[in-house]
Amino acid sequence: MTPAAALANDRQAPGTGSYLRLTGASKSYGAVRALDGVDLELRAGEVTALVGDNGAGKSTLVKALAGVHALDTGDFVIDGRPTTIASPHDAVAQGIATVYQDLALCENLDVVANLYLGQEPRNGRGRLLDEEEMESNARRLLDELAVRTLASVRTAVAALSGGQRQTVAIARALIGTPRVMLLDEPTAALGVAQTAQVLELIRRLRDRGIAVLVISHNLGDVFKVADRAVVLRLGALAGEYRIAATNQDEIVAAITGADVRNQNERNHA
Amino acid sequence: MTAISAGATGRLRAWTSTVAAGRGRSNDLSFLPVLAALAIIWLVFGTMNENFISPANLTNLTLQIAATGTIAVGVVLVLLIGEIDLSVGALSGFAAGVMAVLNVRAGVPGLVAILAAVALGVAVGVFNGLWITRTAVPSFVVTLAGLLAWQGALLAVLGGTGTLNITDPGITRLAQGFLPAWLSWVVLVVVILAVAAGSVRQRQRRIAKGLGVPSPAWTLLRVAIAAGVGSGAVAVLNSDRGVPYALVLLLGLIVVFDTMIRRTRLGRHIMSVGGNAEAARRAGINVNGVRVFVFAAAGGAAALGGVVAASRLFAVNQSSGSGDLLLNAIAAAVIGGTSLFGGRGSVWAALLGALVIGSISNGMDLLGYVTSVKFLVTGAVLLLSVTVDARARERRRRAGGPA
Repeated sequence: MTPAAALANDRQAPGTGSYLRLTGASKSYGAVRALDGVDLELRAGEVTALVGDNGAGKSTLVKALAGVHALDTGDFVIDGRPTTIASPHDAVAQGIATVYQDLALCENLDVVANLYLGQEPRNGRGRLLDEEEMESNARRLLDELAVRTLASVRTAVAALSGGQRQTVAIARALIGTPRVMLLDEPTAALGVAQTAQVLELIRRLRDRGIAVLVISHNLGDVFKVADRAVVLRLGALAGEYRIAATNQDEIVAAITGADVRNQNERNHA
Repeated sequence: MTAISAGATGRLRAWTSTVAAGRGRSNDLSFLPVLAALAIIWLVFGTMNENFISPANLTNLTLQIAATGTIAVGVVLVLLIGEIDLSVGALSGFAAGVMAVLNVRAGVPGLVAILAAVALGVAVGVFNGLWITRTAVPSFVVTLAGLLAWQGALLAVLGGTGTLNITDPGITRLAQGFLPAWLSWVVLVVVILAVAAGSVRQRQRRIAKGLGVPSPAWTLLRVAIAAGVGSGAVAVLNSDRGVPYALVLLLGLIVVFDTMIRRTRLGRHIMSVGGNAEAARRAGINVNGVRVFVFAAAGGAAALGGVVAASRLFAVNQSSGSGDLLLNAIAAAVIGGTSLFGGRGSVWAALLGALVIGSISNGMDLLGYVTSVKFLVTGAVLLLSVTVDARARERRRRAGGPA
C-alpha cells in the first residue's frame, strides 16, 4: 500500500475513540522511580500534549511507547487488543512511529533517500533501488501534507532549514503508515514562522485520523495545537485537561504542583 | 561587479540543482574540481615535455596507477562510512606474497593463487571489521596494528629468500598484457550501448511516474561525452600497446562498486552509516554489518591491488606493499573528492585521484625532478584538496543549519 493510500484509509475513520491505552505504567532506574502508575490514552484523530517539568517522566513514557526502554509494569491495549511493546520493532509493528528531537536524518542524503531509509523499495527486475517509485511517492506524500517549502525532493537534507528537516522527519515517520505518532519537542529549535508550519502539519496529521502525542515545553504551542493535555509530575499523573476547558495557569499549576488559588493569593499579597 | 557575480553564482546554483533534480542524483558536478586539476596538470606537463601526452607514456601512466587505483577503491568505501583503513598497503603486500608462495613454491595455478590472495584480503578485512565493531577500538588503531602486522606476515611467508620472481603468465599478463584492439572496441561499444540504454530506460520510468526529466539533448550529451572520452582513451591506448588488462580490471571494479553504492540498498545504507550512523541504526539498518562488509571489500580490493603490483614487477619482495603505496591510495581517494568526514564521495574518485597523483609523479619523472620535489608537490596537492573538502563542509553546515 502506498503511504498516500494508507493515509486516505486512515482519514475515513477519524476520531473513533481510543486507539492506544496504557494503564499502570511504572518504571524504575535503580532507586529512582521514573514512572509510577501512569495511565495514558491516545485517541485516533486527536492531538494529546504530554507536558511536565524536567524529570517528570515524559521521556521515559515516550521511550516505553516507542519500545526503546521496556516498562517494569504497565498494560497496553492497542486497537482493542492487549499487547506488549518490548522493542522498537514491536512499536513499529503496532503502528507507532516516533520522531525524536534530534530527528535522526542523514544530512548527506537527499529528502527521498531519508524518507525511505531502511525500507527502500527495489524494482521487480533486479536488486536495484526503485528511485522512480520512491521519488514519486515522496512527492505525493509531501503534496498531501501541503508541504510547499521544499523546492525539490532531491535536495540534500544538509541544505534544509530546521523546519524543513522537522517536516522531512515527520513525513518519514508517515512512510510506515502509522496509527500513532510520537513527536518529541517538534518545535524546540524552530523560529516563529517555522513553528507555525510544523503546528499546521501536526493538525494535518490529526485530520488524517492519526493519534498524535506531542511532548512540548512550550505551553503556547500546546494550546495552539493540542486537544488534550496530560500532565506528569515526579513520575505520576498530575492531571488531564481538555484544552478547550482549561487555561495555561491551571496547567502550569499542575506541572509545578502548586495550588492555583494559593499561587494567586501569593501573587496578590 | 559583486552583484553580477552573485547573479551568476545564483544562476549556476539554480542550473546545478535543476540538473541534479532531473537526473535524480545530487553529486553530478562534484567531479569538476578534480577534473579541472587533472586538465591543468596535463596541460602543464604536456607543454613542458611533449612526451608526456604520447600514447606510450599515457599507457605507462595507466599501468603505474593501476595498483594504487585498485587499492584506492577500497579506501573510498572505508572513507564513505567515516572510517579509515591504514592496513591496505601492508595487506596488499602480504596477499601478493601469499599468491607468489602458492604459485612459485607450491605450483598452484596463477588464477587460483590470485583468488586465494583476494580471499585472504577479504578474510583480513572481515577480521578488521569485526574487531572494530565488537571491541569499539577505533579503526585507525586496529588498522595501524594491521599495517605493522601484515608487513611482518609478508616477511614470514617470503622466508629467507626475500624475493620471489613470478613467471606464470596467468599472473604477469594482468599488468603486462593488453586487450587485442578489436576486443577493446567491442567492449567499448557494448558499454556505451549499455549506458545509452540505461539512460533511455531511466527517462521512460521517470516519465511513466510523472517525474521531470532532463531535456533529450542533455541525456544525449551525457552519452556523447561518455562515448567521446571512452573512444578517445581506447584510440590512444591502441595506438601504443593497447588497453592494459589491469586498467580493465580497475574500471570493472569501479563500475561494480559504483553501481552498488548508488543503486542498491546496501550502497544506500553504506552512505547513511557515513552520514549519520545513529540515524541509520534507528532506521533498522544493521550498522555493524555494513561496517564489516566495507572493511571486507577494502581488504579484497587491497589484495587485488597487491596482485596487480606484483604482476607489474614480475616479483614479490620484502618491500612489496610498503613505501608510499598506502599513502598514495588514501591520497587518491581524497584528492578524487571523497570526504574524510564520511558520507560524501564516489567510487570514481579512486581513478581520478590516482590519475592526478600518477600524472604528477610521471610528469616530474619525465622532467627529471628528484623524488624529494615529487613528494613535496604531491603533498601540496593533497593538502589543497582536503582543504577544499573542509571548506565545502563548512559552507554546507552554515547554509543548512537550523534557521
